Amino acid sequence: MSDDNLFELKAVAKRFKKGKETISIFDDLNMTIKRGDFLAIMGPSGSGKTTLLNLLGGVDQPTGGEIVFDGARIDGLSEGDLAKWRANNIGFIFQFYNLMPMLNAAKNVELPLLLTSLSSKQRQQRVDTALQLVGLADRAKHMPSEMSGGQLQRVAIARAVVSDPKLLLCDEPTGDLDRQTADEILEMLQLLNREFGKTIIMVTHDPAAARHATHTLHLDKGQFVGKDEPELQEKSA
Amino acid sequence: MKDLYLVYKNLTRKKLRLFLTSFAIFIAFLIFGAVTALQGALNSGVEMSADNRLVVFNKINFTQSLPYAYVNKVSGIEGVNQVTFANWFGGYYQEPANQVVTMAVDPDSYFEVYSELVVAPEQKANWLQNQAGVMVGERLAKVNNWQIGDRIPVSSNIFSNKNGGQTWDLVVEGIFTASDPQVDTGYMVFHYKYFMETQSWGGDYVGWIVLTTDDPALNEQVANAIDESFANSQAETDTSTEKAFNKAFIEQIGNIGLIIFGVVFMAFFTILVLVGNTMVLAIRERTGEIAVLKTLGFSSPRIFRMILTESCLLAFIGGLLGLGAAYLVVGALSQMMARFLPNLVLGPDIVLQALGYMLLLGLITGIAPAYQALRLNIITAFARG
Ligand SMILES: Nc1ncnc2c1ncn2[C@@H]1O[C@H](COP(=O)(O)OP(=O)(O)O)[C@@H](O)[C@H]1O
Ligand SMILES: [Mg+2]
Repeated sequence: MSDDNLFELKAVAKRFKKGKETISIFDDLNMTIKRGDFLAIMGPSGSGKTTLLNLLGGVDQPTGGEIVFDGARIDGLSEGDLAKWRANNIGFIFQFYNLMPMLNAAKNVELPLLLTSLSSKQRQQRVDTALQLVGLADRAKHMPSEMSGGQLQRVAIARAVVSDPKLLLCDEPTGDLDRQTADEILEMLQLLNREFGKTIIMVTHDPAAARHATHTLHLDKGQFVGKDEPELQEKSA
Repeated sequence: MKDLYLVYKNLTRKKLRLFLTSFAIFIAFLIFGAVTALQGALNSGVEMSADNRLVVFNKINFTQSLPYAYVNKVSGIEGVNQVTFANWFGGYYQEPANQVVTMAVDPDSYFEVYSELVVAPEQKANWLQNQAGVMVGERLAKVNNWQIGDRIPVSSNIFSNKNGGQTWDLVVEGIFTASDPQVDTGYMVFHYKYFMETQSWGGDYVGWIVLTTDDPALNEQVANAIDESFANSQAETDTSTEKAFNKAFIEQIGNIGLIIFGVVFMAFFTILVLVGNTMVLAIRERTGEIAVLKTLGFSSPRIFRMILTESCLLAFIGGLLGLGAAYLVVGALSQMMARFLPNLVLGPDIVLQALGYMLLLGLITGIAPAYQALRLNIITAFARG
């Protein structure tokens, strides 16, 4: 495997048991994600986009196959090790922001840093920097209930990048936003990808959102279909 | 703990809920503190009784008297060390509401037998010389603000003075203290002989006899010997250890221990259900947030600890306030009731016990939701939300 590869999925399978039935979402999924990619994953509802993101983010385990991140397998890690791995490597951005309602913007952004050994002062500095990056330095003390959707998502982005992870995982990050705000968020993600070298994987319904990415993959019935980009790293047989 | 801020914010996010739950806990610990202090006050007589001290009462009941001659007979019984005796006087100071516990005692032996009472030798010498002298317990002296040399008229509802009236003019000759603060000093003693000579009924009797044995192991044998020697006489006796007597006396008021246990148990059971339920609901509301924290990399055991910390914090907030209030209430009550309940104190043992219960309450009310959060699966939590 090349050093350029951040993620490699080999013959990944994911099945759920529903009563006596077994639902298979992925049977034999193969893909490679390179460092520095901004990958958009599109596909109809129920095609397994969120499930794939959960597998990549280490919040879910595959039923079969291998998931290799940065040269090491993450499938089969214990729950505790996965939690540590997530804290060290992944920034999460959700459709509905998922901020803690009782914490102000700065305290929300600080959350991932509580998992590090940084001192309170160092954490404060990082939080300030992250809020500056998303243009919300003046809103640090605001509560989530006092902010607009676009602002909330920017706080969420600050939270996702504050611990400087390699990879950002975004599930419909603009799904709850109007066009103009969505574009602002997408431009911010683009900036993080281009200027800060963050690898980004974004699930979206929105073709306009996908256009901000460097690559787009279409997921349907557990397989990638069609190739938007010639250099697409899809190895599905 | 870096998560303490998070725990604090979670605890205080719903002010009304926080107020109601901590108020319930507050009440429970107020009851606990006050009632346990009360129990301690009632039991202190039992706890403080000397192991080798016996009391001899009339078998009919303890308000009946015994012939004076019994004192000498008891002294002669094998295994008896020191003997003293007393008569009940009762009495009040200035007005009937102001009761002062007063006994007429044998001045030569009383403080020998009650060796836990401390008397300055010169005060005792003065008292022995003054027929109308009285030795006042420290607590009683404090309550009435009496000093040595004060002349205090003490009146009785029961006895009449030969010189007319029902009042005895006594002089404070000394103030006795105790080696242990739990020992009762809320009473006073004056000369038996003087009392018998000045009261209109007179007579040759004592209220009860108190003695020490050579060894606590002899208690039962000595008690039996005393009661046997007065069997079939004009006044049969009932001899028991001071401990047993005090205990029996308290039990006449009702089975205090059981009542107290009942009250405290009800209070704790109620808040256990109430606070436990509230915690379960509070954590269930936060399912989505817990899933987010887990996604960010907070480990399940860490979230488990956070929730237990929250429930313990709640228990300690309500509990410490309640205990503080109990302390004030007990303090005020002990001022007002110094005469009846001299040992009403909320001491360090009660505080320690209460702290233990607060911790227990916090753990019990937090364990179920904490376990739920521990087991919470991120994916199903998000699917539900
Ligand atoms: N825990 C689960 N148990 C059973 N079925 C599931 C579970 N999670 C997802 N699914 C099913 O898997 C399919 C893919 O879901 P998902 O990844 O959420 O799709 P998408 O995000 O593309 O809409 C759906 O049909 C969904 O109902
Ligand atoms: Mg989805």
